[in-house]
Amino acid sequence: MRVTLASRELLGNLVMRELRGKYKGTSLGWFWSLLNPLASTLIFSVVFGAILRVTPTVGAGGVQNYTLFLLCALLPWNYFSGVVNGGMGSLLGNANLIKKTSFPRELLVLATTASLFVTFLIEMAVLAVALLVFGVNPLIWLVPTLLLMVVLAVFATGLGLMLAVANVYFRDSAHFVAIGLQVLFYATPVIYPITLVSDVSPDSLVARLHIDSLYFANPLVHYVEAFRDLLYEHQVPSLSTILVILLSAAASICVGWTVFNRFSGRLAEEL
Amino acid sequence: MSDVAVEAVGVSKRFRLYHERNQSLKAAFMRGRRAKFDEFWALRDVDLTIPTGKTFGLIGHNGSGKSTMLKCLAGILVPDHGRTQVNGKVSALLELGAGFHPELSGRDNVYLNGSILGMSRKQIDRQFDEIVDFAGLETFIDSPVKNYSSGMYVRLGFSVAINVDPEILMVDEVLAVGDESFQRKCMEKFADFRAEGRTVVIVSHALGTMRSMCDEVAWLDHGKLKGVGRPEDLVDEYVGASHEDRVVEEAPAAEEGAGHSRWGSGEVRLTGAEVLSGGQSTTKVSTGDDVVVRLHWEAAAPVVEPVFGIALHTLEGVHVTGPNTRDAEVRTGTLHGTGHLDLHVSRLMLTPGTYDLTAAVFDRSVVHAFDHREKVLRFHVIPGTPRDHYGVMSLGGSWDLRSESPPSTR
Repeated sequence: MRVTLASRELLGNLVMRELRGKYKGTSLGWFWSLLNPLASTLIFSVVFGAILRVTPTVGAGGVQNYTLFLLCALLPWNYFSGVVNGGMGSLLGNANLIKKTSFPRELLVLATTASLFVTFLIEMAVLAVALLVFGVNPLIWLVPTLLLMVVLAVFATGLGLMLAVANVYFRDSAHFVAIGLQVLFYATPVIYPITLVSDVSPDSLVARLHIDSLYFANPLVHYVEAFRDLLYEHQVPSLSTILVILLSAAASICVGWTVFNRFSGRLAEEL
Repeated sequence: MSDVAVEAVGVSKRFRLYHERNQSLKAAFMRGRRAKFDEFWALRDVDLTIPTGKTFGLIGHNGSGKSTMLKCLAGILVPDHGRTQVNGKVSALLELGAGFHPELSGRDNVYLNGSILGMSRKQIDRQFDEIVDFAGLETFIDSPVKNYSSGMYVRLGFSVAINVDPEILMVDEVLAVGDESFQRKCMEKFADFRAEGRTVVIVSHALGTMRSMCDEVAWLDHGKLKGVGRPEDLVDEYVGASHEDRVVEEAPAAEEGAGHSRWGSGEVRLTGAEVLSGGQSTTKVSTGDDVVVRLHWEAAAPVVEPVFGIALHTLEGVHVTGPNTRDAEVRTGTLHGTGHLDLHVSRLMLTPGTYDLTAAVFDRSVVHAFDHREKVLRFHVIPGTPRDHYGVMSLGGSWDLRSESPPSTR
């Protein structure tokens, strides 16, 4: 118990280090954490909303706004890819700490998860305000959204733990993951509505190659849809979606934790 | 608290030496496994018991496994066989300021580093002033550590680590930081630690410090435990053994005196120099031995009153002594042919170490060199009697303590 308490404080300090150190020395400082998603929102809105004219689904209260539709999925996606990337690099980035001091190594990955969660929270709060402004009152849906955010954090952390050790043993894991995340981004309904995939005609190429069933095997599809259900459409996600989300989070963290503990003993000499 | 602070039973640690470290998946697929490697045992079946409240040293040459042992005890490395057990809170000082974030202020880094070393926030709050004061960084504590000088950096690191309030402190060769006054403060802190009955485990090459600080030392050699015992005995034995190793390695070059400069006009030539102990030529003598330094000479034509002299230097280049026949008012007469000259030293008062002998012969005015042979012979002094080890020479005195009057009973 004492050890857990002590590590919790260390975790807090590591999170502070990430948060404070990240934008230290830049003139815009913390503002950057909002500027980056803002820029990508702007790009996607112009390219897919205005030029390619993707039709977003109709949300709660008859709202049909591509930018809001996009943000409900883009922010969770950004958080997920941030945790996977950051968690993966956390051991390599702190090699000196691991080689010279003794503390529970998983804290480094958890610190990434937690520090990015803080930014994630702020972004989601801004989104909630934007939804309010556009006449979609999301207030009662914020509590389940918060729960979903935590489950997403668990899911992403499991992957982060796994990839963190993988990256120590095989340095090119990072490059594979970069490609993987890019594929995953387009294989998840972030910039387009899921109906474009689920409503394909049975004799289309997509259906004949069974790409659609493969598509729904991606747990992130379900996470993103659940976020959109809660925030944009104000409806409870389907039971199957909830089940996939909970099971995938549980599986990810169990496997991630086991793999991490299996290999973390030799980190100091492999780094 | 139990009597044993740290215990290691049958600890072995194996490292992998990669031939071509190729940490890529491609390489792994091509070979069907990860890169080829040789195994190398950094530690082999080491048992150690470190009693609570003692200062315990680990000695050994480079690569003997002492740092690996310390890392195993500190929980940074996990042994492949055997187990280690630590009873109490450990603080390990393997590198000062490990984990400092360059962009953050000294203040933030104290909190961060403190919690990495296992301090709670309250504890750091309480000791913050002391930490800053000890490091002597009051005016800089709110500037980013990237602007610190390297001395400030390690001083802050040391100050945090030493104030962690550990029951067991593990230190690896980091005692020599900062200037004279900071080092003195560190030594005082260590003395406090010992007085408070805390356990300290030290790895160091500074044998003098080890001898004066430690209650007990363990000697590691190529990953195996060679002995555990009192520092006086073990450090001497270690020094003796490491010189023995070197005598074997260096003897040929030293005997020939190859590569060292020699000059002079050659009327008298020095054909050799040797150190004799008990009538035998040797390169290893003990402090306090009865030795003879013998110079062999050769003169092709008669030379009147040449002056012979020798000089001793330590490896660091300190000129220890330089006796010559003129200062000793020895008349050498006229030399012709060959012969030798002995300098008889009844008690060699050099402390253990390695010394270089330079020999020379001059004309009677000691201005013109007939033959000057720089570092013609290297020899080693191993511990003997007296057991002094500081400096280059022993005074050979004896200590005598008396009380002048009984304590007053008022």
